[in-house]
Amino acid sequence: MKKLALFLGVILVLTMSISACGGAGGQAQTIKVGVVAELTGDIPAVGASCKNAAEMAVQEINDAGGLEVGGQKYQVELFVEDNAGKADQSASAAQKLITQQNVVAIIGPNASRYAIPASEIAESSKVVLISPWSTNPKTTLDAKTDLPKKYVFRAAFIDPFQGRVIAKFALDNLKAKKAAVLFDVASDYNKGIAEFFKATFEENGGTVVAYETYTTGDKDFSAQLTKIKETGPDVIFLPNYYSEVPLQIQQAHRLGIEAPFLGSDSWGSSELITLCGTDCEGYYFSTHYAADAATPVATKFIENYTQKYGNTPDDVAALTYDSFGLLWQALQSAGKVDREAVREAMSKIPAFEGVTGNMSFQAGSGDPIKSAVILQVKGDKFVWFANANP
Amino acid sequence: MTYLLQQVLNALQLGSIYALIALGYTMVYGILTMINFAHGDLFMVGAFFCFLAATALGLSFVPTLLVSMIGVALLGVLIERFAYRPLRNAPRVSAIITALGVGIFLENFTLVFAPYPQHVPTLIQNKTWVIGGVTISSLQILIIALSIVLLILLDTIVRKTMVGIAMRAISWDKSIVPLMGVPLNLIISATFALGTSLGGAAGVMYALAFPVIDPYMGILIGWKAFIAAVVGGIGNIRGAMVGAFILGGVEIMVAAFLPSTYRDFVAFTLLLVLLIFRPYGILGKPRPQKV
Repeated sequence: MKKLALFLGVILVLTMSISACGGAGGQAQTIKVGVVAELTGDIPAVGASCKNAAEMAVQEINDAGGLEVGGQKYQVELFVEDNAGKADQSASAAQKLITQQNVVAIIGPNASRYAIPASEIAESSKVVLISPWSTNPKTTLDAKTDLPKKYVFRAAFIDPFQGRVIAKFALDNLKAKKAAVLFDVASDYNKGIAEFFKATFEENGGTVVAYETYTTGDKDFSAQLTKIKETGPDVIFLPNYYSEVPLQIQQAHRLGIEAPFLGSDSWGSSELITLCGTDCEGYYFSTHYAADAATPVATKFIENYTQKYGNTPDDVAALTYDSFGLLWQALQSAGKVDREAVREAMSKIPAFEGVTGNMSFQAGSGDPIKSAVILQVKGDKFVWFANANP
Repeated sequence: MTYLLQQVLNALQLGSIYALIALGYTMVYGILTMINFAHGDLFMVGAFFCFLAATALGLSFVPTLLVSMIGVALLGVLIERFAYRPLRNAPRVSAIITALGVGIFLENFTLVFAPYPQHVPTLIQNKTWVIGGVTISSLQILIIALSIVLLILLDTIVRKTMVGIAMRAISWDKSIVPLMGVPLNLIISATFALGTSLGGAAGVMYALAFPVIDPYMGILIGWKAFIAAVVGGIGNIRGAMVGAFILGGVEIMVAAFLPSTYRDFVAFTLLLVLLIFRPYGILGKPRPQKV
């Protein structure tokens, strides 16, 4: 009985101290912004870039004396939550930011399979969520009605566009007639983009000779790759994450496959080259921006980022930075720090010049209109190869 | 035909890695009737030892393999001594939960040091030959051959040596056999050392074949090896080997001849059906010859 009383006492003290933390913190002069990122789990490089860019964006505002909203200067307070590379933790992290930290908006998660569950929470809690890197259409669409969600936005282009860009590139630039696809069937992003690629490739006179799948966590792709080799494709499309692509390409080379490989924006981490060695040399992928063919806005961002963190920002960093840019612009045009007002302003952004190019939002849709680039792996760098407009 | 042969080769490679891991489950079960759910993570630690030995120490293949096997064996013995031995007479559920806990500990401990997937350098220059339309790589041959050598070695140790006889005796009866002068704790430690060192060897070969390693790589493959051990008849060493090659074969062949999305669904349905007809596994008996 004594023990029980002690136990309950400890619990009581703990809860009180936690709620004390939650209740404190002045609301007067700060804007609270939340970030949900993949800091641990299967794609930690994505989370790290997102966090770095977020901290940089916030620091720039605070160093300049704060963000001016409605004639008043506000300091920005950043809350970063880890989703551990899990769908359920993405939802609970978003929930925590909304209810406990009382943030005005959430940036992240990045991968579509985490952004979709988090976006459901944001939508039902009526808080703006901007996913920097999620490209799957479902992120901004309501699952039941297929209408756009009201509170969910993104800084990236969407997969139907990206799938079309890559399929066209394979047909026109690589002169491919037969394509093979290998993708993770358990991940929203990979599955979606594979479907859009297949549709466009076949509409334009090509044939998809092999359409093979695996599930997240697999490392042995020998059965699927042997099958792909049998069909003799001109090009092989791998819309998979940077941690898996090197294994797939290395195994393909070991099986004697010589066809070139194509990828999507999930390749765009410098980790890809570290993990791939020389195996990825000369292959192409579509992505959001090219660090070597940048606009003045982008050049300034790349310089600052490189100075601060010692490496070239990847597309996640650039898109996260743009997400914050969009949020600042929305806050300023809203004129007050209010969740509903930010949503109103966000959906009416006429034009925004970001690191990843110009974007604009159509009324009633959370997807920006913007262009894509095709990069090629050359040595230890990604090099600009072509532009693709909407 | 060449297509089939190529896929058989793929199946042999996958099966031999499953076999090395499945043995760790089956040996520990045979002697303690406990499922060591941390075994898949010990396999992961083996791959990381391989990575460290190859990058930090700059060792070549054979010393790397030995370092990993010995390192993982020591870790296995330590885990048994400090996590499982105190619970040897506790309810079996507690022991299983402890094993799960040890596994999660190993994952997160590794995560602290390696939050990013790591690239294992090439230890063996890979060559490929095309024989009659079938592409064979030196790595594939090495993995299959080395696994078979290790499997035969283990089988001999368990059947022919004094330690092996003592293991089998203890698996038969844990309370009487020690009274006859068999050092119980020493033999259990030896069993863990043997079983986990094979897991370590599997980790090295896996890291060579699939050179991107991360702290969670042991979970899925650990489950599959565990299933292989059960299908073969858990507690039975030869059963684990048979089960592993069957699982590897079914997985590859389903993906080879049906849409690859059906792979796990068809493979595991087949295994379930098999267990319905042989609930003790292929080589298992209601009172199986253990370890």
